[in-house]
Amino acid sequence: MNRPATESEYLASLVPASAGRQGFSRRNVLRGSLLAAGIPALLAACGGGGGNSGSGGGGGQVTLGSNFSDEVPLKTMKAMVEDAQKKQGISIKLNTVDHTTFQNNINNYLQGSPDDVFSWFAGYRMQFFAAQGLASDISDIWGSIGANYTDAFKKASTGEDGKQYFVPTTYGPWAVFYRKSLWQEKGYQAPKTLDEMKTLATQMQKDGLVPLAFADKEGWPAMGTFDQLNMRINGYQFHVDLMAGKEAWTDQKVKTVFDTWKGLLPFHQTDSLGRTWQEAATGVVNKTSGMMVIGSFIGQQFEEADQEDIDFFNFPEVDSAVGADAVEAPIDGFMMSKRPRNEDGAKKLLEYFGSPDDGVVQTTNDPSGIAANTKSDQSHYTELQKKCAEFVASAKSISQFMDRDTRPDFASTVMIPSLQSFIQNPNDIDGLCTQIENQKKSIFTS
Amino acid sequence: MSSPDLPLVAPQTAHAAPSAGSHKGTGKKQRVRRLTGRDRVAVILMVAIPTLVVVGLIWLPAIASVLLSFTNWNGVGSLADVKVIGVENYTNVFTNYPPFKPAVEHNLLWLVVMFVVATPLGILFAVLIDKELKGSRFYQTALYLPVVLSLALVGFIWQLMYSRDQGLINAVLGTQIDFYGDPKWNIWAALFATCWKQVGYVMLLYLAGLKGVDASLKEAAQMDGANQVQTFFRIVFPVMRPINIIVLVITVIESLRAFDLVWVINQGRNGLELIATLVTANIVGEASRIGFGSALATIMLVISLVFISIYLWVVMREDER
Repeated sequence: MNRPATESEYLASLVPASAGRQGFSRRNVLRGSLLAAGIPALLAACGGGGGNSGSGGGGGQVTLGSNFSDEVPLKTMKAMVEDAQKKQGISIKLNTVDHTTFQNNINNYLQGSPDDVFSWFAGYRMQFFAAQGLASDISDIWGSIGANYTDAFKKASTGEDGKQYFVPTTYGPWAVFYRKSLWQEKGYQAPKTLDEMKTLATQMQKDGLVPLAFADKEGWPAMGTFDQLNMRINGYQFHVDLMAGKEAWTDQKVKTVFDTWKGLLPFHQTDSLGRTWQEAATGVVNKTSGMMVIGSFIGQQFEEADQEDIDFFNFPEVDSAVGADAVEAPIDGFMMSKRPRNEDGAKKLLEYFGSPDDGVVQTTNDPSGIAANTKSDQSHYTELQKKCAEFVASAKSISQFMDRDTRPDFASTVMIPSLQSFIQNPNDIDGLCTQIENQKKSIFTS
Repeated sequence: MSSPDLPLVAPQTAHAAPSAGSHKGTGKKQRVRRLTGRDRVAVILMVAIPTLVVVGLIWLPAIASVLLSFTNWNGVGSLADVKVIGVENYTNVFTNYPPFKPAVEHNLLWLVVMFVVATPLGILFAVLIDKELKGSRFYQTALYLPVVLSLALVGFIWQLMYSRDQGLINAVLGTQIDFYGDPKWNIWAALFATCWKQVGYVMLLYLAGLKGVDASLKEAAQMDGANQVQTFFRIVFPVMRPINIIVLVITVIESLRAFDLVWVINQGRNGLELIATLVTANIVGEASRIGFGSALATIMLVISLVFISIYLWVVMREDER
């Protein structure tokens, strides 16, 4: 069933999938395994899409650094580049770098000789690099594209100094995903409250299903569950303040989050720390797991024919006073490096990324994302895309994701090990919170 | 070793120094100058280039790491942005960084297992193969094969065995053990894979040593009535002292270097913490804690220095004899 047909397919499934958020192509076996074997830069350069002619720069060419390295995102990226060249009359050189490598090297990349325009994420992660002076202010571009976006998106693209540094292109909400056909067959109803969800999960267990597919080998997927519970129990503002280091992790409010999660853990898939999100998602695809708290990129794991069978519901309400109108929807987009060699071209390219056309090209090629641009034509959307778009549009507040809403060093060196140790041993919540708080203090005050 | 046909003195010293001509330096003291100008340049280059390489690529980064460990820096901007914070990073490592303690324990465990399991096994295989049993070439190749592979690749290969849902071990035993995800298991799973590789390496070194042991020694021991085991432990093992020291050093180095395998498995988290992975996790990434990571690296340097000192002490004492 989920046993891979060929050895290479199997090997591919073993590649550390921290590149996960962009999905993962089982076909890039060799590249994937070699990358992990530690020759990243070399091969990543080979992965370049638009041709690495070497000389680069100058001559009216705009260089575009992209971390969209997996199959579907890469195809999408190429289509975008082609369309941008046509519409804006510029010549673009696309430099694709493996997703994880790109992220790990972002510091050196931006301080070295970065491409004129590069792909990145909205929120704190963008602000961090903007504040270090590693990105260019593009407020003037926002003057022309601003009308295409809602205020929430503008806010997510604005640095701490009030200037814009980012052009959002697509986003995908986090929610609880499941297979429609399985639920119809068993007669399940989407729960509205946490208690209903527990009842449903108990029923699923009786039916021989794993209620909540779960994986945290990469360290970040569990952050999604924490965020959802935190926003349902303590509200959006508390999430923002906690991530910004303004609230204490030893606060009873945080402990309640972990405590509630502890109550849900028996419904989670066991042995999650040895499993990648793709492996967990396979359970939903194969109908052995009932549901999964994950981003809409789970759609990449479904066959084309099954795309219509994916459905989701909002993470249920825990406290009626808080409600459930905060939604997590990380935004992807593009930034301009600090000293672009071809500034005019770079701005033209960013204008394209901020145009309704880009949204159409991107969402047609990769149906797991939704255009950030409100003017983008949505008539080609799949059922799922339509539902996602409505879902986010109706949300009162939109969060990014734990590792995008807080300092990257805190998220990776403190939160990943802490959440993993919670999953391993959910009983010492007090000790865990004290440890997180102590480390937070030393990182945030530095 | 010396045979009667060979001169007892090196040729150039045996020659009488020319009193005049090109060797103008030879004067009253009758000193022989053996190096021409070109030779000197060659010698100077041969000393200078490696020195530069060693200083530039090893000493400078090492010293820089030590210096950076007293600072707070996120890797962005010039060195002017570096803030000196004294020993705060070290205090944090020891008091406020939960993964540090398990990392030290795991490094020690690694060392112990290498010493107690991998090395003796390697010696045993070497001795067996040295007996030139039937098909020993086949065994030699089979045992040495894993050594050729990088540890990162070893990680992938063993995942085929260990994978919870698709692995061979679980399929054969009918179990559902999460070898890489469960911290009760993963360190042992990783150690097993490492030993699998290390055994071949030790075996090869020992085999080379065993081939060098004078056969007459063993013969003499057997004449005196020693059995195989006695011959090995009383005669062969002590004679191979230089090899023993090399194996010892290599074992220590490999244990401290342990990194690739666990990084491939889960980036050294959740039961697989090692000092080396903590260094990497803190330094490589979007926003690096360069100072904190350097402090960890410095601690690792100090630990290695202990072993290096012991080694040098042993080697130098050897030379004095």
